[in-house]
Amino acid sequence: MEFPQELYYTETHEWLRVKDGEVEVGITSYAQEQLRDVVFVELPRIGKKVKAKQPCAVIESVKAAFDIYAPLSGDILSINKELEGQPELINKDPYGRGWMFTIKIENSGELQNLLNAQAYASKIKEAH
Amino acid sequence: MSQQEKLIFEISSSGRRGVSLPPLDVPRKPLEEMIPTKFQRKTPPRLPEVSELDVVRHFTRLSQLNYSVDTHFYPLGSCTMKYNPRVHEEVAGLEGFSRLHPYQPPEQTQGMLELLYHFSELVKEICGMPEFSLQPAAGAHGELLGMMLVRAYHRKRGETGRKKIIIPDSAHGTNPASAALSGFEVIEVKSDSHGLVDLEDLRRTMSPEIAGMMITNPNTLGLFEKDIVTICNILHEAGGLVYCDGANMNALLGRVKPGAMGIDLLHLNLHKTFTGPHGGGGPGSGPLGVSEPLRPFLPVPRVKKEGDTYIWDYNYPETIGRIKAFYGHIGVIIKAYAYILSLGTEGLMKVSEAAVLNANFLRKKLSNFYDLPYPEVCMHEFVLSGRRQKKQGVTTLDIAKRLLDYDFYAPTIYFPLIVEEALMIEPTETESKQTLEAFAEALIKIAKEAESAPDRVKGAPFDTPVRRLDEVKAAREPNLHWNFP
Repeated sequence: MEFPQELYYTETHEWLRVKDGEVEVGITSYAQEQLRDVVFVELPRIGKKVKAKQPCAVIESVKAAFDIYAPLSGDILSINKELEGQPELINKDPYGRGWMFTIKIENSGELQNLLNAQAYASKIKEAH
Repeated sequence: MSQQEKLIFEISSSGRRGVSLPPLDVPRKPLEEMIPTKFQRKTPPRLPEVSELDVVRHFTRLSQLNYSVDTHFYPLGSCTMKYNPRVHEEVAGLEGFSRLHPYQPPEQTQGMLELLYHFSELVKEICGMPEFSLQPAAGAHGELLGMMLVRAYHRKRGETGRKKIIIPDSAHGTNPASAALSGFEVIEVKSDSHGLVDLEDLRRTMSPEIAGMMITNPNTLGLFEKDIVTICNILHEAGGLVYCDGANMNALLGRVKPGAMGIDLLHLNLHKTFTGPHGGGGPGSGPLGVSEPLRPFLPVPRVKKEGDTYIWDYNYPETIGRIKAFYGHIGVIIKAYAYILSLGTEGLMKVSEAAVLNANFLRKKLSNFYDLPYPEVCMHEFVLSGRRQKKQGVTTLDIAKRLLDYDFYAPTIYFPLIVEEALMIEPTETESKQTLEAFAEALIKIAKEAESAPDRVKGAPFDTPVRRLDEVKAAREPNLHWNFP
């Protein structure tokens, strides 16, 4: 399973891509495989203040509904409107067109609490 | 029998009629005189045009495609799909009950009030809870009422900072939903390696912000939370309350009273434990029992006995008010009342005994063929994992679909979420040994097929009226309308 090196990861299976003071957030390839076919995505509204580790979005799959946690604190800058009509992008391209939202980084120190690709991969191995 | 029954619109034939109206025998009046033109529709409704025989055959055929407890074994974990004795329908249908109107004054409905009063007394005794509200429409409604009472209780004590509800990671999905809907924040507590609430993790989450905990006992793994008294003590010492989801009460009937475990709030699913039919045949009923300190907040009106008469009592100044039109789902309560009286104490004890025995019988039969992540003796249900079969490329969904070919309803799958590839099996107390053996044999055959002919399982079902439906497309692009050609 693929976990791109340049990304950060959380224990709750979100990934983060850092660029220009903001982060793009989605769910990992492992997470989408576990959820199976995604049928609905509820995203936060733009401008909403989110807190690290608090639920801020919902993914519904054929299996169940799941909370998506904000990996960092900050304001929501943008959301992926494409997911409204094509939730399957999360399954097809989890690290690309399946991105969910971006957050303006408030405290870059919070990045220290996240996992790198190796650490995330070994977490998953442990769980099996 | 046609395997693909057409929609009634598709068998419509222009000009065909089910009934012929007799000639008009009163003076004809222009329509405008009776209904103003602006309220008249411009085009007639496009109803299907069919004969009476078309209608009878269409709906009879549809009913024969139905899968139900009346036709098959239904081992749907957590749902208690047991047999609902027919005599309960007779009792609930008695004219003295079925022809009452909720607006009739109490002096005309004494029999019904007496039944509700006595029913409350019985469930109080069974559960060891000092008072019940019969208003909740079903289990999740009982949970919602429970959470509203927890809020009212803390508010009354001036502890408005208690905003968090603890819920185990094995909980029914309705638990966090009910807590969130009542304005609480949900905190998850982990299960330990035995599938029980992790006491250390629970102790760590205690704080002055904790309003309470929602717990299911036996839990959704079918295991009895043996530390329930300690759990309640931990919560009570921290100033919180304990809510018990009573969905699994058929495992405990006559054996242990939730009130004695330290539970403060408990709902019963009359439509599961006490044989109100459910699923498409509902409605449900979810009476809520509470401990002494919560009584003032219960909904009104409550049935009260004054001498030999029964009245509706609204005089509870601290009540949270009404949560349901009228008095609850009375028909289901009547069936539950008939069930309790016909079984009696010994009968109810046999219910829990048979529920637990049946589940363990199946668990043992299947434990060599499927992984059993929590191998402890179970209560009324147990959870297998299909991870061994998944290595052959056969998922739990495939196993569930294949069971349909063997004429069994599939168990609950992919729940609880803490078990990979979960198959949650609840045989209930009303099944015979022969049925359980036949079911076990089918699941064992499928386990063998997963090894020797995995495509057979992956392609299932083969013998059902429709094969595998595109449920992903159905969820993503629901099409709920008939489009006229």
